[in-house]
Amino acid sequence: MEETTLLERSQDTDTFLLRLYVAGQTPKCIRAFANLKRICEEHLAGRYHIEMVDLLENPQLARGDQILAVPTLVRRLPEPMKKIIGDLSNTERVLVGLDLRPALRRQAL
Amino acid sequence: MCSSHSPALSRACPSPRNRAKARAGSWQPGTLLAKRRSVAATNGKIVPLDQELLKAPTGVQGLDEITNGGLPRGRPTLICGGAGSGKTLLAASFLVNGVEQFGEPGVLMTFEETSEELASDLASLGLDLPKLVAEGQLIVDYVRVERSEIEETGEYDLEGLFVRLEHAVRSIGAKRIVLDTIESLFAGLSDPGILRAELRRLFRWLKDKRLTAVITGERGEGGLTRQGLEEYVSDAVILLDHRVQEQVSTRRLRIVKYRGSHHGTNEYPFLIDRNGLSVLPVTSLGLTHPALEERLSTGVDRLDDMLSGKGYYRGSTILLSGTAGTGKTSLAAHFVDAACRRGERSLYFLFEESPLQLMRNMRSIGIDLQQWVERGLLQFHADRPSRFGLETHLASMYRAVREFKPLVTVTDPVTNLLTVGTQSDVRSMLTRVIDYLKLESITGVFTSLSPGKTELEQTDAAISSLMDTWIVLTINEEQRQRRRWVSILKSRGMAHSNTVNEYRLTDRGFQVLDAESTREGRANGG
Repeated sequence: MEETTLLERSQDTDTFLLRLYVAGQTPKCIRAFANLKRICEEHLAGRYHIEMVDLLENPQLARGDQILAVPTLVRRLPEPMKKIIGDLSNTERVLVGLDLRPALRRQAL
Repeated sequence: MCSSHSPALSRACPSPRNRAKARAGSWQPGTLLAKRRSVAATNGKIVPLDQELLKAPTGVQGLDEITNGGLPRGRPTLICGGAGSGKTLLAASFLVNGVEQFGEPGVLMTFEETSEELASDLASLGLDLPKLVAEGQLIVDYVRVERSEIEETGEYDLEGLFVRLEHAVRSIGAKRIVLDTIESLFAGLSDPGILRAELRRLFRWLKDKRLTAVITGERGEGGLTRQGLEEYVSDAVILLDHRVQEQVSTRRLRIVKYRGSHHGTNEYPFLIDRNGLSVLPVTSLGLTHPALEERLSTGVDRLDDMLSGKGYYRGSTILLSGTAGTGKTSLAAHFVDAACRRGERSLYFLFEESPLQLMRNMRSIGIDLQQWVERGLLQFHADRPSRFGLETHLASMYRAVREFKPLVTVTDPVTNLLTVGTQSDVRSMLTRVIDYLKLESITGVFTSLSPGKTELEQTDAAISSLMDTWIVLTINEEQRQRRRWVSILKSRGMAHSNTVNEYRLTDRGFQVLDAESTREGRANGG
């Protein structure tokens, strides 16, 4: 239910629907979440939504979503789906991975 | 769904992995031991007595013999080989047999082929993966690793893979696991340092879980595998090889390493056909075969007379050599006919004629082989020599003997095998055939076609030392008449005739003429 409304909402607007897969509370995962939160606040303020999936609690999701590395950030919307692995410490690459770089350039112009 | 709007990281995480670890430590009854003798019952519980490794049988014909019981239980085994060498098939057979024969569920994690592709490839080789998946005995998980789809930023590990494996293993209680081919990870992810550390952790994890694992790896240059997987898997390494020599292919298997266990060190030929994979441990078994006193009629009375009146020894090897048209096949057919009359099963390997052609020809000299085929006493095994390599011929002959369990075999003509191998290869192959036949007390007749008119051709000389009895058939022309002569060049362990006797191929078969009707020579009965 919640999923549907979220999807609808983000399709209406240009909301980024992001899902971060982690496996327990490891330093890497904590860093990844902090980095993601910061990047989103800086570049996507007000139009992003982050879901956390802890694979230790929901191991079946690892197979269904083809998760291999942890942490993995999946951009579910806008399409196409994108996968970024790692602790997201390289902001530039995260922005490229999320396709935010070209958008920013346009804004700058 | 486990989505949450707040950071879920602060939540205490229950660790299902630790629970599974505690469980996997206990030794399951029903585990097959390498040697049953090394096991004793103590307080109703079975415990291994000494340091013998526990083994997980593969159920692959022949492989369990050369590994003395199977793969090391609870440990990873590396199977490496080039493209198309049968790695995936061997690994999948290990899983399917695990379920079907040993009641051990399995997980197949595939990195190269999707579940559907794998299922259809293996179905043609007699393995039904979807059935086992439906029964909840097998999980096939396709791990998709595509570099172009993944952006890497910062540190990561492969915990996602571990979670997937663990979840699959726990959900069906898997005992066996296959990772095919984990090296694909190196193509999909860019940081080899992380990968190597994670692989080391993975193999450690597999051992901790006591999973009997098979990891496949592509043959690499300068090493067994491209990414040096052999570094991580130190328990057992099996190498598969697919060689093509003079357009003839041979598959071979070798156990490179098997820590703490005896194993065959040779290269063993193996076959892949609609029944899957079978390894044929045909080796030179040494000279330990029995020597039987029993004698078998050659099927020709007068020839029996020449062999001290009784014929060949059971379990001996006989070479019938001669030029074209001397009746080697007829003489072999007499022997088979006599064996079938005694109710003994006979296996006839044909490398030149078809079974129907042979039966027709033999009917013309009064030998009815058809009746024995119909009664299930005689089986033909016809193949063009050029169809496979020598090793494969050896393997398929071995398998035919094993399945039909004959007391008598004929190989006709053995010389045709020379077209697919050198003389020394053929000799080495024959040595192994003969060793095997002798060990099983099977009498083997081999015909050899001499190309020229001289009876002592090199080929014969090369293989004759392997033979116990050597009968030479010759033709000469005298007064516009072809006359045929039979003589016994050697026959170990008996006083045989030294004369050269004339014989004729009549509508009643191979007839050795009496000394009186032969102008020269004297029949010697003993």
